[in-house]
Amino acid sequence: MSTLSKPSRRNFVKLAATAGGGLFLGFSWTGSVASALEVVSDKALASGTLDFNSYLALSPDGIVTILSPNPELGQNIKTSFPMIVAEELDADWTKVKVVQAPLDTTKFERQVTGGSGAVPHSWERLRKAGATARQMLVEAAAKRWKVPASSLKTENGMVLNPKNGKKLSYGDLATAAAKLPVPTDVKLKDPKDFKLIGTAVRNVDNHEILTGKPLYGLDFYREGMLFAVIQRPEAFGMKLKSVDAAAAKAMPGIVDVVTFKNNVAVVGKSTWQVNKARKALKISYTPDAALESSADHDRIFKELLDSPEATVRRKDGDVEAAFKSAAKVVKSEYQCPFLSHSPMEPMNFFAHVRPDGVELVGPTQTPEMARGQVAKLLDIAPEKITVELTRLGGGFGRRLSADYVLEAAELSSLIKAPVKVIWTREDDMTGGTYRPAVRYRFEAALDAKGNMIGYKLRGVGMNAGNPTREDNFPSGAVDNLLIDSVDHKSPITTGPWRAPITNFLAFAEQSFLDEVAHAAGKDPVAFRLELLAKAKKEPVGEVKYDIDRMKGVIDLAVEKSGWGRKKDIAQGFSVYFSHRSYVAQVGEVAMQDNQPVVKKIYAAADCGMVINLSGAYQQVRGGIVDGLGHAMYSNLTFKNGAPEQNNFNGYRLIRMKEVPEVDVHFVNNGIDPTGLGEPALPPTGGAVANAIFKATGKRLYDQPFAEQQGLKTV
Amino acid sequence: MATYTLQINGRRYEADVEADTPLLWVLRDHLGLVGTKYGCGIAQCGACTVHMNGNAVRSCVFPVSAIGTAPITTIEGLSEKGDHPVQQAWEEVDVPQCGYCQAGQMMTASALLSKNPNPSEEEIVSAMNGNICRCGTYHRIREAVALAATKTK
Ligand code: FES
Ligand code: FES
Repeated sequence: MSTLSKPSRRNFVKLAATAGGGLFLGFSWTGSVASALEVVSDKALASGTLDFNSYLALSPDGIVTILSPNPELGQNIKTSFPMIVAEELDADWTKVKVVQAPLDTTKFERQVTGGSGAVPHSWERLRKAGATARQMLVEAAAKRWKVPASSLKTENGMVLNPKNGKKLSYGDLATAAAKLPVPTDVKLKDPKDFKLIGTAVRNVDNHEILTGKPLYGLDFYREGMLFAVIQRPEAFGMKLKSVDAAAAKAMPGIVDVVTFKNNVAVVGKSTWQVNKARKALKISYTPDAALESSADHDRIFKELLDSPEATVRRKDGDVEAAFKSAAKVVKSEYQCPFLSHSPMEPMNFFAHVRPDGVELVGPTQTPEMARGQVAKLLDIAPEKITVELTRLGGGFGRRLSADYVLEAAELSSLIKAPVKVIWTREDDMTGGTYRPAVRYRFEAALDAKGNMIGYKLRGVGMNAGNPTREDNFPSGAVDNLLIDSVDHKSPITTGPWRAPITNFLAFAEQSFLDEVAHAAGKDPVAFRLELLAKAKKEPVGEVKYDIDRMKGVIDLAVEKSGWGRKKDIAQGFSVYFSHRSYVAQVGEVAMQDNQPVVKKIYAAADCGMVINLSGAYQQVRGGIVDGLGHAMYSNLTFKNGAPEQNNFNGYRLIRMKEVPEVDVHFVNNGIDPTGLGEPALPPTGGAVANAIFKATGKRLYDQPFAEQQGLKTV
Repeated sequence: MATYTLQINGRRYEADVEADTPLLWVLRDHLGLVGTKYGCGIAQCGACTVHMNGNAVRSCVFPVSAIGTAPITTIEGLSEKGDHPVQQAWEEVDVPQCGYCQAGQMMTASALLSKNPNPSEEEIVSAMNGNICRCGTYHRIREAVALAATKTK
């Protein structure tokens, strides 16, 4: 198994057709039907004029090559997509190669990484492509042996005749298979016969990664390329007034200093030189919007929580009446700060704007959107813009925004030269599109028996849009419910951050439900199960989550963690449905030197069928580490519009010492895969905070925990 | 600007750079050795870790003029075929997620193992604690270092 890091359709053809001949199948990623498959010639393929949006090639030497369209940022798609094809094809996995495709919107759909949606989207199509190729190979063998195709079997890149033990390799059959008509109705495997799907397969890029090959955008180099760093306003709400670049321009290696929009770009021969010269810039700024500080945000939040003008997101029954008749009311507020995405590879992009077209190379989660915006900015037809995707050194949603691609393109067009714009860590952390700060107010009304008869949630945020997910549990299980929200327009830019909104909302909801359970005198798990039973029996309004799947992960987490049966350790529970999948978690906290210490987290996940056990396992563990780290430590605060942290010395990310044991389990219910890049993160904060409450009697309302509570993990 | 002669991965390299240029940028921009990564530039994350005289150092804060004749090893030179025990262990445990931090992680781990071939769990964690992995592959890193130790023996 190997991959090419330099993406191109030509490479694909070359790789696939090295020995001449072979079978090339073009298949469709677009539209709702997964069937349109056709045999194509290598010449037609090389010309690049075909309508197919993906390819599967089998060369006479038996190598299977698959063109993978989605940006790879660690979600392991480059491994799991080919696994699906190889499964149905019964290919020899050691002979499967993956080629990263460039952006091509005429051929690919959803060439995006985000929303945990890639596998659910492509599952059928990929299976069908593999199964079709397999059937053609079987038919080619049947013809050669003059036996019925139905009497033959396939295994590990071979067609076998069980009657006489004869074998033919796929490579031997590829060229003959290419002459056969493409079957329109192929049978997919029964998932219980899967041999590759559900096993642990290593990352196909491991060798390149582990030997330091150039894979990432920051590694990209082109002869004659210039380097640039950009000085952006130091505070949100400031705009550029004047620039004195004389001293910077005179420094060694500096080619030019260019001002555009609010940016001052220093262009030169090397990263170090442009960074040094940048320090010699004399820039003055002037405010053109409010210069907000974190204290302002706290005040604004309080105002918005009482604002009469909220957008109603969901309303069931009569909430006011329920609260009037309540035997007990529980009310709490939860707040989180802004967060930086801080992928390990900072933002960067290469652009070369020429009179005849634009070349863009770099790490993006949304190549199509980036191209569209560059086309608009430069007033160039999108067809004249190519986007080459490098591997992404993390994304976490930051690379769903194209701001850094636009800057590179604009700069290249101004200096008329190929240039790579590099963000320093400080630029990356202070440059915006953060996870928005949000505050929630929850209210629950209990009747005399401890049943939750009323539920209110108001979410207020800083450029958070709708900070609620109004149809999430417990909606559907409470007779009287009101969920609304108010947004504050802030000059501080925000954007999706891994598990958008739910990354904090889940903590708040799951902590609050824990509070309500305790107020009702019920076990937190039993309390949730009661609500689920009610949603099942007497659903209130629409129920937009799968009650049985949620119950399934609850049951598994209870079983694996020994919920309620441990004496020497405090446990906290959390369960969440987000981004299509279900995850329940149990946090375990012990007291050490009078301090609560997070010792272990159990996770039970239902993401449908697991494709790659190795990747899936790491997605869950990584998601939990991410969820725990940000709940505990990370905090981006503002003073007069400027972020107060600009690197990992002030902005704390979780480190190895702080990582507890994590025990991951999957519900195996055989349903089609539903995605796993995000869903493990949201439940973690709640599981941990609820365990800390159990251990100390102290509720955590604000993140990050560590800063405010002096808490520790491990 | 001055010309510096450096011993990297058993080879001689020359770089014409300013004296305060950190080794990281000499490697990446001038010598085309981009396996060593930039993560923070202030010795906080470990992405830029290389060996100098066999010790793990943060190349982002190490000026080229201070290197002298000290031999340097980068990820590209950790082994000839990519089969250093640490690299093997990383592959077997399937450590990388996005992979960006892993060169630095492996350079820290290999320096640890060359000094302490049989580290305890605690020694592993304390040696590796300076390296950030934003993807959260810490469990696997810990496991891979322990596995590499068994391969080193
Ligand atoms: S880049 Fe050197 S320690 Fe982060
Ligand atoms: S694998 Fe992505 S930062 Fe470590």
